[in-house]
Amino acid sequence: MSANAITGFSCPAPLNTRDTVLLGHGSGGKLSGELVRDIFLPAFGNPELAQLNDQAVVTVGNAHIAITTDSFVIKPLFFPGGDIGSLAVHGTVNDLAVGGAKPLFLSAAFIIEEGFSMDELQRIVQSMQGAAQAAGVKIVTGDTKVVERGKGDGLFINTTGVGLVPAGMNLSADKARPGDKVLLNGSIGEHGIAILAQREGLEFESTIESDCAALHTLCAQMLQASANIRCMRDLTRGGLSSALNEIAAQSRAGIELDESAIHVREEVRGACEMLGLDPLYVANEGKLIAIVAPDSAEAVLAAMHNHLLGQSAEIIGTVTESHPNLVTMKTSLGTARIVDMLAGDQLPRIC
Amino acid sequence: MKYLDEYRDGVIARALAQDIASIATRHWVIMEICGGQTHTIMRYGLDELLPTNIELVHGPGCPVCVTPIETIDKAVALSMRPDVTLVSYGDMLRVPGSHSDLFRAKARGADVRIAYSPTEALKIARANPERKIVFLAVGFETTAPANAMTVWQAKREGLTNFSMLASHVLVPPAIRALLSSGNNRIQGFIAPGHVCTVVGYREYEDLAREFSIPIVVGGFEPVDLLEAIHMLVRQLEAGTARVENQYARSVSYEGNLPAQQILHEVFEVTDQKWRGIGEILQSGMRFRHEYAAYDANRLFELELITVDEPSECISAMVLQGLSKPTDCPAFATRCTPESPLGAPMVSSEGACAAYYHYRRHAVAATRESR
Repeated sequence: MSANAITGFSCPAPLNTRDTVLLGHGSGGKLSGELVRDIFLPAFGNPELAQLNDQAVVTVGNAHIAITTDSFVIKPLFFPGGDIGSLAVHGTVNDLAVGGAKPLFLSAAFIIEEGFSMDELQRIVQSMQGAAQAAGVKIVTGDTKVVERGKGDGLFINTTGVGLVPAGMNLSADKARPGDKVLLNGSIGEHGIAILAQREGLEFESTIESDCAALHTLCAQMLQASANIRCMRDLTRGGLSSALNEIAAQSRAGIELDESAIHVREEVRGACEMLGLDPLYVANEGKLIAIVAPDSAEAVLAAMHNHLLGQSAEIIGTVTESHPNLVTMKTSLGTARIVDMLAGDQLPRIC
Repeated sequence: MKYLDEYRDGVIARALAQDIASIATRHWVIMEICGGQTHTIMRYGLDELLPTNIELVHGPGCPVCVTPIETIDKAVALSMRPDVTLVSYGDMLRVPGSHSDLFRAKARGADVRIAYSPTEALKIARANPERKIVFLAVGFETTAPANAMTVWQAKREGLTNFSMLASHVLVPPAIRALLSSGNNRIQGFIAPGHVCTVVGYREYEDLAREFSIPIVVGGFEPVDLLEAIHMLVRQLEAGTARVENQYARSVSYEGNLPAQQILHEVFEVTDQKWRGIGEILQSGMRFRHEYAAYDANRLFELELITVDEPSECISAMVLQGLSKPTDCPAFATRCTPESPLGAPMVSSEGACAAYYHYRRHAVAATRESR
């Protein structure tokens, strides 16, 4: 071996003990799933929780009630296309709507850091009220806590939502069957990139706005068009990939996507290229996917096209019998690749 | 998107793959050096498009993967000091050291920040004069000039609370080491386009001559890589050993001279340990004497932790192109991105992670059919 040749080999030791909560546990990816599986489910386990949908549907008397909750810890609080207030309403309304429920009431809890601007709080609360009114929901209860300066990050909001599910409606992520079609209501990645651009001070030719929107009327229109929608999911953190992987896992089916049918706006693609991110994993706040029986896919697609928030809806893939639990995608080259669930957050790469 | 879509065009890509199949009369082993290229190959399934007699092996060009474990340990130790803010690129935070990674350090209270550029660390330093800001700087010739520029800027401003824990590596000495090894199988190289954008490809001509091996400077999109493979196969079939430049839209012969200048102003070449491979002579960079005040290694008295690196991980073989990630019995079973046994499974550009993320369905199918 010459002087320059490779000498002693070395391999790193494994690191798989998880004695502390990491940021990745809140990413909506595999680590979040582990937290639910290992900590929360064993403690709280019950049939309603075990559905593992974005909302639980419980029966009280004759009424089927959907309940959901979500906490909002976004930075910056104001961003192009929305703010933490409108987001806190839309996020919870959407979690109810994709379960087939008519959203009715919300709670709002505020954790505010000492020293927070009263003016900003006022603007955020007004934005919440505006969003609630537009979505036809009432904020009927709430809570306020103030934590010492330095013990919070400005403002956190939690909203819980309650809605009514019509009799006979039973959407669930374990209902996808081979042959079903996957429908998506528009281009992906706008919310995540809008936030990142604002946070990092990145400027593009045109401002990328968050897609933050309430999806309940779109959902209602889709459900009216067909009784054969198996399930719907709104795409939030973790992006399109996480939602599809969860459905594939819960239905024990495979999903095959067609890359060319998934729209990503030019500015979002540019930003993703620059930052080394994959738009399939970037957050959305006004997008949903629906798994629809093959015969009804066109009818549901037409209903989506008739709604402002579904004008560029597409059939982006098919549920398959092969490769259960795995989402794959046909690339622009005609080859197939896996669309994996990420462990934690998508991280900006070095080069 | 202009300059991207045309390089991802399926028709052009398939035509190139067919052309390669028609000219390749023998089995050829080609290595792409850079992890970004490995990532593209797996993501687009280029190996599926190519004829079976073109074998692609994946090189050590993932900066996250080859950063010595001691550097990670030092970074973790530094980050735990109450007076230190440690800044680095996102994917460095997940790389396991011997006992912890930076994400875990952060969860235990360390002040660890993610940056997109080293200059962000300078901003933090200016805004927090009472804290010591350390930038963990790793990477090839691509990222090193920006790191050098940051140090140069810090010196110019007279910032005294900024330093850098640097672990830079150079590509040509690694190629030389791979080719000098008795086990070498590589018959042609795709040289890393972004590295060559900075340093040009003069040095690669010496390698091509010395080892009689064709080298093509390649880009990062699927059509770039297929074109580079096409150029290599043409040379291999003709028995030539020249350097060609496929990535001419970015790479020039001399490279980026101001970037090279700042790099050599701040750093000088030294021996360097590569994680998973070992020490390679003259393959790293250390601070020049004039910039020693910015070297975190000298500023902080860091205890050097010696590290046990046993286990079934075959990363050394993978990083030299001697084995494929899927040859490892632990691949996708005991070794996954969530519980990596070795660095190539950590970074998204590591060869094992690229196989895992994009291709493990194909692997599972092959294993079943065996």
